[in-house]
Amino acid sequence: MARRRLPGFGLTMGATLLWLGVLVLIPLATLFVTASSLSPAELWKAVSNPRAIAAYKLTFGASLLAAVINGGLGLVLAWVLVRYDFPGKSFVDGLIDIPFALPTAVAGLTYASLYSPKGWMGQWLVPLGIWGVLTPFSVVLVMVFVSLPFVVRSLQPVLEDLGVEAEEAADSLGASRWQTLRHVVFPNVLPALLTGIALAFARAVGEYGSIVFVSGNIPFRTEIASLLIVSRLEEYDFGGAAAVAGVLLFASFAINGMINFLSRWSRRHEG
Amino acid sequence: MDEGVLMKYAIGILAAAAGCGGCDGGAGGIELLNVSYDPTRELFKGINQAFVRTAAATHVRGVGVKTSHGGSGAQARAVLGGLKADVATLALAFDIDVLADKGFLPRDWQSRLPNNSCPYTSAIVFLVRKGNPKKIRGWDDLVREGVSVITPNPKTSGGARWNVLAAWGHVTLNGGSEEQARDFLARLFGRVPVLDAGARGSSTTFIQLGMGDVLLAWESEAALAIRETGGDELEAVYPAESILAEPPVALIDRNADARGTRAAAEEYLRFLYTDEAQEVIARAGFRPSSAATLERHRASFPPFRRLFTVKEVAGGWKEAQKKFFAAGGVFDQVYRPEE
Amino acid sequence: MKGRTDTPWWVRYLVFLMAMGLAGVILLVPLANVLFRAFSGGLGAYFGALADPDTVHAVFLTLFVAVVSVVFNTVFGVAAAWAIGKYSFRGKALLVTLIDLPFSVSPVISGLIFVLLFGAPSALGRWLDGHNVQILFATPGIVVATLFVTFPFVAREVLPIMEATGTDQEEAALTLGASPWQTFRHVTLPTVKWGVIYGVLLCTARAIGEFGAVAVVSGKIAGKTDTMSLRVEKLYQEYQGRAAFAVATLFLGLAVVTLVLKSAVEWRVKRALREAAPSTGSGQAPSEAA
Repeated sequence: MARRRLPGFGLTMGATLLWLGVLVLIPLATLFVTASSLSPAELWKAVSNPRAIAAYKLTFGASLLAAVINGGLGLVLAWVLVRYDFPGKSFVDGLIDIPFALPTAVAGLTYASLYSPKGWMGQWLVPLGIWGVLTPFSVVLVMVFVSLPFVVRSLQPVLEDLGVEAEEAADSLGASRWQTLRHVVFPNVLPALLTGIALAFARAVGEYGSIVFVSGNIPFRTEIASLLIVSRLEEYDFGGAAAVAGVLLFASFAINGMINFLSRWSRRHEG
Repeated sequence: MDEGVLMKYAIGILAAAAGCGGCDGGAGGIELLNVSYDPTRELFKGINQAFVRTAAATHVRGVGVKTSHGGSGAQARAVLGGLKADVATLALAFDIDVLADKGFLPRDWQSRLPNNSCPYTSAIVFLVRKGNPKKIRGWDDLVREGVSVITPNPKTSGGARWNVLAAWGHVTLNGGSEEQARDFLARLFGRVPVLDAGARGSSTTFIQLGMGDVLLAWESEAALAIRETGGDELEAVYPAESILAEPPVALIDRNADARGTRAAAEEYLRFLYTDEAQEVIARAGFRPSSAATLERHRASFPPFRRLFTVKEVAGGWKEAQKKFFAAGGVFDQVYRPEE
Repeated sequence: MKGRTDTPWWVRYLVFLMAMGLAGVILLVPLANVLFRAFSGGLGAYFGALADPDTVHAVFLTLFVAVVSVVFNTVFGVAAAWAIGKYSFRGKALLVTLIDLPFSVSPVISGLIFVLLFGAPSALGRWLDGHNVQILFATPGIVVATLFVTFPFVAREVLPIMEATGTDQEEAALTLGASPWQTFRHVTLPTVKWGVIYGVLLCTARAIGEFGAVAVVSGKIAGKTDTMSLRVEKLYQEYQGRAAFAVATLFLGLAVVTLVLKSAVEWRVKRALREAAPSTGSGQAPSEAA
């Protein structure tokens, strides 16, 4: 592939850079311009006041918890989908993709309805003291929903590729089932599992719509960072909104960098 | 094949755009935008339908009305931010004064329409669970141990600001000192777990999500909630005294002139005072300004022992906004969510 | 139920039940709830809710926004994939990272940046207001925000194929006398066809379902600037839960269609990649939307 052997580079690259610049780069730059319109003291206050700190803790904490939970759930689901055969398997497989395709508002609507005291799940969970709405638990719950497919879809190809031969070989050498799982299967699956968890984490951190419906948006309890940004916006505190958005953005970039690193590492391990 | 896909999409845009183009207003007619506060959704659905019927009879071109709802303060800022509304029907005079200060309408706007530009009024009442398990009867019950109170955010919601002034007035107009009133407010907001941006958001939190023991609500909002939930979950408690909430309406001259909708907008506002509209207002749970209509609906509007006004509590909205709701004001001093 | 034969049957059964239980509770029950609530008032109420003028407007607005976003991002996405995939130059990785940026940006921030850019306080905002151009609180704002969040989809799906197929075929066509445009139309496009379709599919699905970004820029004026997602929220807030769920069933139907089409197209894309670069062995699998 030599440089400019084909015509059209100028046109396509120009169009690409123009579209990228106008639609993505300039708006994002506006964020930093607005944030920098605050004095350093104001900026620090906007970014580090107790309510913002609580929002970061909830956003990243709940996302991490949801991602790890999905690590476990996703592993079980991926295992069953790859290793077992049963009627309705392709239906279940398709079901896994639903959180990808379903808008977050709908997810929020149905979870709020389901876990409120009068909902199908809430009616027997609430008397037990388990609140699927208005609590940090409710935030984790919808985050699990929206990020579950990432783990499953990261694991499935690897489990398929792994095949049963390695396991059968270990078994013929006298290893117990548990040993086989621990020493043969798991290490090969781990990179993909970690990648999946990282993707799930990134997705959960960015989640907004469904959380708005179920969490009650209570400052210091169930207010995620995105919600804090909207609150600031509604009070027309543009600088404050931009400041918190900046923090969230940096964190997202860092997470994405980590994901790229993980997925390259995991691909190296596969070969 | 690809071109086929793209062609189909292109046709799709044109079709959708054509369809969408016909969606707004009548055929080439005027469409008014009414920027309103949160609890008036059902009210204006009824009003707009009635207006379009009457206007259709007297206008050659079709008139349509769209309404936007949100916290009153937030809505005012939206107009400042470029929302091209012809008419403002907000929760309190100050939110419209803010627009007047920026030249959107003349400063004497409030005297242009009858009753200080208020075709309807309301009051603040308490919405509680059926049977009133926490026995909440008056303002002092709100700060009792174990009571959880839902109110919107005074920074964005008009109703919330009426709530705050009502609570304050309850103390100071009964002989209490400012110090005591401040303490009362602090304890009250200590009982509030979450502040929604508008009155409807708080209603949703209280009713759909089942949070809190008592909702400080517009009388209209309480009536609506009870109607919509079938009457077996909620009940309204009328405290002995409350504040007379006066949500005004106004023409936004700058936008109406720019859009050429002045005549239609003025007719819309005048319509709010007609018998037909007053009837809709009363049925929606708002106290109509027409004495005759109010009398007819006496049963829906129980009397308070005392309804004080914002003038009595704080001397007027300009003073109230500065003292209570500006940055560093009373509300900022008493609302401590981290505690 | 076949599986490994030396694991105790009851362990396998337990694991199976656990997996099905989890999938059921987390995924299936919420969907069933949507259907149940939507139809809980009978078919008449269901269709009545869908026929509501403001709801109908929301559907048309959503479709319009989706179509505009898809068309523009497809044209530019294919251009970007071409520019990056068929040439070598420095800074390629950076460019790809930049194109991927909207994926890392959470929806609310995606809307916020446009409020900051076009809003009254900014210089641009004042200019727009002076010229009576309405972007925020109106359809153009919704379109721009949706364009942003769906920006990378087509480019991402087409790029691997562009890269994998290399430039040989195009060069051959050019030496045979074809014009650049003819080359593109008849040589390049057919090979990347399925990648484009897949990208368009993901782009459409995302555009239709977007909530956070649009919530921030729209004026939420019923019958004017409410998209389908915002309409669901509004109905919920106006005590019309059943109607909200009715609109949700439309999304559910769209989701099912999207998933069916997605799997139909996915293996074609994988095959296109494999055929494009048989010497390298495994092509890159199409990436999932973030």
